Amino acid sequence: MKWLLLFVIVVATVLADMLQSYEMKRSGAQRVDARGVARLLRMIVSRRYLLLSIFCMAVSFFAFMALLQIAPLSFAVPASASTFILETLLARFVLHERVGKRRAAGAILVFSGVLLLAR
Amino acid sequence: MLGNRPVHSRHSPVTRIHTFLLLLAVVLFNALGNLSLAWGMRHVSPMALNPVDYIRAMANPYVAIGIVLLICWLLARMALLSWADLSFVLPLTGVGYILAAVFGNWFLGETVTPAHWIGTILIFAGTAMVGSTNQRTSTGVGR
Repeated sequence: MKWLLLFVIVVATVLADMLQSYEMKRSGAQRVDARGVARLLRMIVSRRYLLLSIFCMAVSFFAFMALLQIAPLSFAVPASASTFILETLLARFVLHERVGKRRAAGAILVFSGVLLLAR
Repeated sequence: MLGNRPVHSRHSPVTRIHTFLLLLAVVLFNALGNLSLAWGMRHVSPMALNPVDYIRAMANPYVAIGIVLLICWLLARMALLSWADLSFVLPLTGVGYILAAVFGNWFLGETVTPAHWIGTILIFAGTAMVGSTNQRTSTGVGR
């Protein structure tokens, strides 16, 4: 059950972030003033991928809550942080972002830090 | 579709300082939202994985504030992802794990071990490395 929940969390988180990033890249740079926020809210209801992304975030959130009921935080946090590495890879190959050595090394350092911090 | 205009420039027109300020907002909204939610959940009766229980929990003011903060987090993160790469934003939000540990120490009295300090240093080193790269390298539209 623990591993099944972790699988659900990882798949849902990765899907949510990839869809959100893809849709926000397409939309162009958004503003963060009142009108910008209103536009972001309208985008959520009018763009299928963003809606799906938020659904995936909700699935991930509730699966994480369920995982915390059967596994300690020291397992749940680092295990779900593995999405850092997975998403950096997918950002390179699916979203065509340029992930150089420095960015890749930085992502690995952050992931290692999260592992230590959750002990 | 609403506002479906492609990005013409390969690079974000937003300055780096704006990006880091919004990133700070994203990290703070998330950490404070989670803290408020966790605090509120401690004061509602224990619940099963039942949607009605979750809706009842929202009546708790801390849970409600937590949800509002997490909505702000979502909107700020959407704007941030319209400015910068996912592979840029994601490691930088790792700073949030440090904040969560600090809040855990302040509010829950959790002890800080040497491993936590090393973890914190690694996260800062990693974010510094990622933060020094170009924030926008792809428009996600074609290649």
